[in-house]
Amino acid sequence: MLAALTPLFAWLAFFSEEGGHEVHAGDGGALAQWAWLIPVVPMVITFLIVFFGKHSPLKGWGMATFGMAFVAVYAAVLAWKNLQEGILYEGSIEIGRIGDFTLEWGWLVDGLAIMMYFVVGVVGFLVFVYAKGYMKGDPRYTWFFASFSLFAGGMLVLVSAPNLIQLIVGWELVGVSSYLLIAFYWEDFDNVDAGNKAFMVNKVADAALFIGVIIMALSAGTFQFSEIFERMNEGQTLLVQFGFWAGLALFIGAMGKSAQFPLHVWLPDAMAGPTPVSALMHAATMVTAGIYLVARLFPFYQMPEFSGDVSTIIVIIGAITLFFMGLLALVQDDIKKVLAYSTVSQLGYMMAAMGVGAYTAGLFHLFTHAFFKSLLFLGAGSVIHAVHSNNMSDMGGLRKYLPATFWTFMIGTAALVGLFPFAGFWSKDEIIASAYYSASENPTAAAWFMVALSISGAFITAFYMARLVSLTFFGKYRGHASPHESPAVMTVPLMILAAFAATAGLLNMPGLTHVFTDWVTVRAFPIIEHHATSPSWGLLMIVTPVVLGALAIGFYIFRPKDTQAERDTFSIPVLYPLLDNKYYIDDFYMDGIVRPTMGPVADGTLWIDQNVIDAVPNLTAGATMHVAEAVNTVDQNVVDGVFNEAGAVTEAAGGFLRKMFTGRVQQYAAISFAGVVVIAALFMIF
Amino acid sequence: MEWFDSGWGLSLIVFLPLVGALILAAIPRANEAGIKWVALITALVTFVLAIVVAVRFDYGSAAQMQFGTDLPWIEAINARYHIGIDGISLPLVVLSAFITVLVVIYSWNHWPEPHNPKLLMALTMILATGMTGTFIALDLVLFFVFFEVVLLPMYFMIGIWGDTSMRIVPVVHWEIELRIYASIKFFLFTLFGSAFMLLGFLALYFKSGDVGANTFDILQLSELGRAGVFTGAFAFWVFAAMFLGFAVKVPMWPLHTWLPDAHTAAPTIGSVILAAILLKLGTYGFIRILIPILPQEAERWAWFIGLLAVIGIIYGSLACLAQSDMKRLIAYSSVGHMGFVMLGVATLSEIGINAAIIGMVAHGVITGLLFFIAGSMAHRYHTRDMNRLGGQMILMPKMGVILGFAAMASLGLPSLAGFWGEFMSLLASFNPLPGLDVTVFRTFMVIAAIGTVLTAGYMLWMLRSVNFGEPSAEWKDHEFHDIDKFEWMAWAPLVVMTIAIGIYPAIVLGATNDAVANLVAKAFGG
Repeated sequence: MLAALTPLFAWLAFFSEEGGHEVHAGDGGALAQWAWLIPVVPMVITFLIVFFGKHSPLKGWGMATFGMAFVAVYAAVLAWKNLQEGILYEGSIEIGRIGDFTLEWGWLVDGLAIMMYFVVGVVGFLVFVYAKGYMKGDPRYTWFFASFSLFAGGMLVLVSAPNLIQLIVGWELVGVSSYLLIAFYWEDFDNVDAGNKAFMVNKVADAALFIGVIIMALSAGTFQFSEIFERMNEGQTLLVQFGFWAGLALFIGAMGKSAQFPLHVWLPDAMAGPTPVSALMHAATMVTAGIYLVARLFPFYQMPEFSGDVSTIIVIIGAITLFFMGLLALVQDDIKKVLAYSTVSQLGYMMAAMGVGAYTAGLFHLFTHAFFKSLLFLGAGSVIHAVHSNNMSDMGGLRKYLPATFWTFMIGTAALVGLFPFAGFWSKDEIIASAYYSASENPTAAAWFMVALSISGAFITAFYMARLVSLTFFGKYRGHASPHESPAVMTVPLMILAAFAATAGLLNMPGLTHVFTDWVTVRAFPIIEHHATSPSWGLLMIVTPVVLGALAIGFYIFRPKDTQAERDTFSIPVLYPLLDNKYYIDDFYMDGIVRPTMGPVADGTLWIDQNVIDAVPNLTAGATMHVAEAVNTVDQNVVDGVFNEAGAVTEAAGGFLRKMFTGRVQQYAAISFAGVVVIAALFMIF
Repeated sequence: MEWFDSGWGLSLIVFLPLVGALILAAIPRANEAGIKWVALITALVTFVLAIVVAVRFDYGSAAQMQFGTDLPWIEAINARYHIGIDGISLPLVVLSAFITVLVVIYSWNHWPEPHNPKLLMALTMILATGMTGTFIALDLVLFFVFFEVVLLPMYFMIGIWGDTSMRIVPVVHWEIELRIYASIKFFLFTLFGSAFMLLGFLALYFKSGDVGANTFDILQLSELGRAGVFTGAFAFWVFAAMFLGFAVKVPMWPLHTWLPDAHTAAPTIGSVILAAILLKLGTYGFIRILIPILPQEAERWAWFIGLLAVIGIIYGSLACLAQSDMKRLIAYSSVGHMGFVMLGVATLSEIGINAAIIGMVAHGVITGLLFFIAGSMAHRYHTRDMNRLGGQMILMPKMGVILGFAAMASLGLPSLAGFWGEFMSLLASFNPLPGLDVTVFRTFMVIAAIGTVLTAGYMLWMLRSVNFGEPSAEWKDHEFHDIDKFEWMAWAPLVVMTIAIGIYPAIVLGATNDAVANLVAKAFGG
């Protein structure tokens, strides 16, 4: 049936084709050799802030922001040189050997790594600048920038990793900084619980990641990415044998960090952290770590002889995530939660793109999304800053009060929903085109599922953004604060991000420019992927009307009305309760796993420990005491005369030891010595 | 330095503390300053000697016994003063000397009731002798003596300076002071194990007579074990006997129940020494004695050791989740962490045993720090009940940060020391020694990986209850003294080591890797 549909849509992907990339690259010279500074500088700065931040003139902000500026500039230079001549470099230092494995810290400089350095550096720098205004007056201002800098360092450790061990290290460092920043306002247990939830969900995924790394490393005999790919070239039989399990477990790890269904539950709760954190970590960079991992291992995932059907699983999970999590954004009142579910949904797009083999498209969306989504979060932060509430029911009509925020937010919205010619238009279109191309080449149910859901997802995205914009910026102001535009330290970063959001898509216009493709395909192992080389006009004719229609419907339904309740929600039976309860997934985890484990299972274990396992020694001792008491009444001297194994029990029973402990302490040294002598004497006897 | 390298260096490290103890005995009780300084200088000199050994150690031949000597001791039974260290014992010797120094520094102004620094320091010094002695002994009698030497001082430490609150013992319903109950329990459990261990040693001694001279020499017995002298039912019973002795000390499930009581009751420095060093005597016994001397039995029963280890991991973590007593929680966490160490040992592979050793060192450093913190907190709050605590980040922010750091290290955060042992023992479980059942060990790997999740769970739960939230009415207006300078001096080195080993694991692996490779190759003909 699906195969029959293929010719029907064939014209859609007329210009899409499959391509491989010849890589011509230099080693980058001194610039690459010194690139270890990229992760190290923010890490060192973290320590400096911890020790000296409070007493420094800018309270730690200056050091942290300097670190990000350094990374941004370094990455920009690397990116420029990479586009000129290509850079492939891998540096490392040995930190130990275990068995036949060598453990190393290292730093990768190739197209993919440079792209991530650039995103972390540029977005990070802008967010840090913004945070100076947003966090102003916070009692834990210095602590905030220390944690934030730790995150940046961890993220750069992660993306610079040439081996799986370092990847794990960066992976968990960003996890712990995420925990610290989500639980930043820890006076309130709700925030602490959100931090714990993020940590625990990620830890579950990390357990799988560990297993994946272990299987991969032992099958390939190395932790190095480059050597793993070499083993694949050689057709390593162990990799063939275990590749599926390694790939699956690694992907489950990626699902945790990149908030893929069903491990997405932590990300919306993570909005408890300060808004700059949500922008940088929980939208632009940290949550893309999972996408990055799949991209880094892309050659592996694209070879079914090694990874089996994992790429199909990736497509299905990504597609489910992009559609069903997008739906949840429709019913949120908290403006940050709308954006959080939107992030989950967009991550689904990227992940699904990786699954269908659209390496460039997925990364391109990661790249553009980093700019427009951090822009949207920072814009939301500006709004929250103005009205002192996260809830859209306390907003409305803000376009008059916050013009700069409003206009930059509009650009971000246009980029997110995919309006021509904003960034998201190009990247999302490329994903949908690639999905279609993949489906027409290899018409499986999963591929068509992806096509259908990615187009529907575009509809949903436009719909919830129409709602968000309408409720926040149009109509009458419903809150009780006196809204005001944010200071320049916050609005200037918004404007710069808006410029990126408007223009980043121009890097890769199918058939016109391929800067981004050239950028990220500079890798040691050739990337074979599906991508569009010219505009897929057919798809545009479907997707753009879908988006415009969704916007129109959205603005109509959520147009300013007189009664508030009617305006905010739409109550479709069955669907609304389902969405309102987040598909009951959180409830299932809490009531099905967490509470039983912490309650009856843990309590039961402790009960068994004390009443069953410990019963043996306690009962033995009890019985011995009764015997001893009997002996004691017969002959007191027996008790006094012996100090050995049996004697210790007997004495305890006689209450002798108890007296001893409360009596004079000088005796103890003597007895201690006597004990050693007795033991030594026992040897002589033997 | 010839004299130093041929036995004197190690002997000084072992017996200097004992000399210190004797000097302490001669100082009047009232002269507390003198007592402190003698203890500190003794510990420091010992530690410096240990560092000298570590610097002079030939890492190129880490598999060889170095700094050793072999002298007649008790001729009647051919027990010899045979000592020496290789890459496996070196980190543990240094760790013991290191922890001893920190314990003395911490004690400077933290004396548990009923005071008496003289006796407490003397016992600490005797403990130091026993601990380092165990790690350098290459003769079973010598090993046994040192192994037992630690018993009495720790027994008195718990019994005298321990927690005086009353505890109702489940099942038998006695009401007894916790310190009394815990100290006797600790004593009896360990003695029970060592009695069997001694039987095993004696059996080996007599059996070795069949093929030449009776010997207690660990290296010679290892040669005999490799040559297949110990087989059949004999080997099984000897294995079982020694297993009991070491497993109680580790402690392995289900022989662990002495540990939560002993740790909870012990004074702070007692808990630190217990966790940081004493538990390692058991695992060290497995690696140094049990596996090399009875390799076939070790191979046959590896699955069983692994099974108890993973049960320990899950069970210990679940027990932690049910705790409201902070010290008891940390104590149970040791059951889980030592489970990872024993899982590494059970794989009998190079990676596994390396993982075990780095896991031992990391656990010593991290759990030592945790017990220090728990002790200092209990001293300030006069309670360990986590339900009553909370908001520490407001009351004592520095204490809160250090506790958070230690908790993160304990849950195995990569880039800190705890990660390597945990991760590498999982790695080893996927490919245990050839010949072991891979399906069984891979199952263990998955279960242990779930254990890492539970570990994170209880550590985060502890941080939530203790560090976060607003302080309760009970503490709100209470003035707390945040970390004092002696605490900083004792803890900062542990923090630094935790980070250093995390970033540069060669600190431990650089010594152990060749030695472990040699041990595995000799025992199993790799």
